[in-house]
Amino acid sequence: MEVEKGTKMGFEETELRLGLPGNGGGGTEGGESAKKRGFSATVDLKLNLSSKEGGDDTNHEKTQTENNLLATDPAKPPAKAQVVGWPPVRSFRKNMLAVQKSSTDQGSAEKVPGGNATFVKVSMVGAPYLRKVDLKNYKSYHELSGALGELLSSFTIGNCGSHGTKDFLNESRLIDLLNGTDYVPTYEDKDGDWMLVGDVPWDMFVESCKRLRIMKGTEATGLAPRAMEKCKNRSFK
Amino acid sequence: MNYFPDEVLEHIFDFVTSQRDRNSVSQVCKPWYKIESSSRQKVFVGNCYAISPERVIERFPGLKSITLKGKPHFADFNLVPHDWGGFVHPWIDAFARNNMGLEELKLKRMVISDDSLELISRSFANFKSLVLVSCEGFSTDGLAAIASNCSFLRELDLQENDVEDHRGHWLSCFPDTCTSLVSLNFACLKGDVNLAALVRLVARSPNLRSLRLNHAVPLDILQKILMRAPHLVDLGVGSYVHDPDSETYNKLVTALRKCKSVKSLSGFLEAAPQCLPAFHLICPNLTSLNLSYAPGIHGTELRKLIRHCRKLQRLWILDCIGDEGLEVVAATCKDLQEIRVFPSDPFVGNAAVTEVGLVALSSGCPKLHSILYFCQQMTNAALITVAKNSPNFTRFRLCILDPTKPDAVTNQPLDEGFGAIVQSCKGLRRLSMSGLLTDQVFLYIGMYAEQLEMISIAFAGDTDKGMQYLLNGCKKLRKLEIRDCPFGNAALLMDVGKYETMRSLWMSSCNVTLGGCKSLAKKMPMLNVEIINETDQMDISADDEQKVEKMFLYRTLAGRRKDAPEFVWTL
Repeated sequence: MEVEKGTKMGFEETELRLGLPGNGGGGTEGGESAKKRGFSATVDLKLNLSSKEGGDDTNHEKTQTENNLLATDPAKPPAKAQVVGWPPVRSFRKNMLAVQKSSTDQGSAEKVPGGNATFVKVSMVGAPYLRKVDLKNYKSYHELSGALGELLSSFTIGNCGSHGTKDFLNESRLIDLLNGTDYVPTYEDKDGDWMLVGDVPWDMFVESCKRLRIMKGTEATGLAPRAMEKCKNRSFK
Repeated sequence: MNYFPDEVLEHIFDFVTSQRDRNSVSQVCKPWYKIESSSRQKVFVGNCYAISPERVIERFPGLKSITLKGKPHFADFNLVPHDWGGFVHPWIDAFARNNMGLEELKLKRMVISDDSLELISRSFANFKSLVLVSCEGFSTDGLAAIASNCSFLRELDLQENDVEDHRGHWLSCFPDTCTSLVSLNFACLKGDVNLAALVRLVARSPNLRSLRLNHAVPLDILQKILMRAPHLVDLGVGSYVHDPDSETYNKLVTALRKCKSVKSLSGFLEAAPQCLPAFHLICPNLTSLNLSYAPGIHGTELRKLIRHCRKLQRLWILDCIGDEGLEVVAATCKDLQEIRVFPSDPFVGNAAVTEVGLVALSSGCPKLHSILYFCQQMTNAALITVAKNSPNFTRFRLCILDPTKPDAVTNQPLDEGFGAIVQSCKGLRRLSMSGLLTDQVFLYIGMYAEQLEMISIAFAGDTDKGMQYLLNGCKKLRKLEIRDCPFGNAALLMDVGKYETMRSLWMSSCNVTLGGCKSLAKKMPMLNVEIINETDQMDISADDEQKVEKMFLYRTLAGRRKDAPEFVWTL
């Protein structure tokens, strides 16, 4: 059984799997059951394991292809599939190691703040419940956008079509390709104002963000007209 | 047995401390039941939903110490939704209302709020010990309440909890009159602590024997602490970064020379390896070493450290130690009983240890009986060798990062290897397996694993037979947790009475259907059969043929629980 090697997904992928709906089954029936439930692997790249030869290979392949299409960046090789809750390492430990790793990666020799976690609520219009993300887990808007895209793609219906990508936050926009609806990520800052995500430097954003809200483009008028215009004019591949 | 007055019996029962033994004592006859129940001080509740707090209080009015466990084990791996349950408040509330003389509380995988912590601190005048393991729902404010109000606090032990950190002054809340601390562990806290208050607290705690610091405590403070607490037995170093040529470092070395009692060492949440030689002084006495949160310690510095630890009995380490490092362990630590090798990069899955390290450990460490091993690959040959070398395993948990990987050499399933383990290790009580596994391995387990109490299975098996072999064969099974296996209703319903002899069963991403679960719930009223439904796709009127994503069932005397969230249905 081959698992595609590739760029690492980054811990934020796993972070997002906290209680995500739509945990498709793995195992030999994985592909089939995942399809049955219509999870369509948009949420996590469930390791689709076909431990037997023949038989389920077609299903396996199909879901695997879906998985590939859903890689957040189609330009990169498909990332190694990650399974929810695997490896079975306590999330405390995973988070701790991730924090330690990111601080080493930054080459900082000084004391790691250990990240007072900066959990903020994330709401999305129409979603039945809110989520929380730790902003300290991300180093840039790009990482956050990927994370939010995955987190909230479960609230949008169905597949992602042939592009697979939620093209998010190039200009701070989340665009649902299928629905053709525009989504705008906004946040409430320390002053209580609702701001468009992406205007200020990342660190400043993390300091001032109290909560996140993914609005529909139509709701977000008045926030950033320029950005919305840009988005409407963009050409899709 | 009417010859002895009650007081004599009670005195005799005082010598019976294990819960299992006391349970047996209480079943001998009615008078013994009465005396034992009224005198029992310590109770362990493995599933907080198995019994109501009122019932526990009624039976054990003299209760002073209670251990409660909440969420299923797989909650550790994000398989259980956040608000599933495990709320401790009803217990605290009941104890407070009934004026119980609670002194010790130990919780694992439960949700405890600041309000509950405050209630504890105000309701139990003799409260002495709070141990929280993998819990959540509270902040440093709750800790401040405990610190402020528990005048006789001996132990505050926080292990791997998710604590909301208000950068509190909770440490400063220990009054000057509090001098009773024996054990303080706040290694899991993410925020800063008042360092001056910490040093003063240590200085006025002559009985302090166990201290585990978080990352916010730097080396110079560590040095001050050690000067004031030379009798420490268990030390968790926080941040260990400094210039080895500095005076602070020299002072630390002096302080460490005075700490002749340290037997257990952990932490190094951030470490400068060049400062490690200071600890070589401590190493020869160590029986327990936990470097599993110290990714900064590896390679030659790590091996140097290990070579000084000849008395080690317990080692928790990251896989960056490599097979080579494990060979050093095997050559040095002849008293080793327990080892845990964690992945240093759990998100990518490139473990640095293989079957070679495992075999080395089993060859070199004759007393090894408990292992948790995350590795890159495994072979049947290695497992068979391990089985031969180490028939004494009581806990054997192997996790291959690629979950259905076959034998790395022969490409066969790992059935034979695990079969050898269960056949040889007759005292095996806990087992986790991974790798490519067919129904055959379950046949072996059912045949040989007579003492098995807990088993975790993932991505294994071919047909219902696998689970059936297990349920049929393992008479002492208490906890079974399964994910992503092709087991369905035929297995689930084969022996429904079995589940009343067990604490719990977890099945997720398997083939059991709603109909199967309903049928089980109907036949077994003493079980709570919970369906955890996170999507909107399934509702209670759904087709019985639909597969259930997550099912958790457990025996209970308390009936359906009242605190279940919307997405949990008890059938």
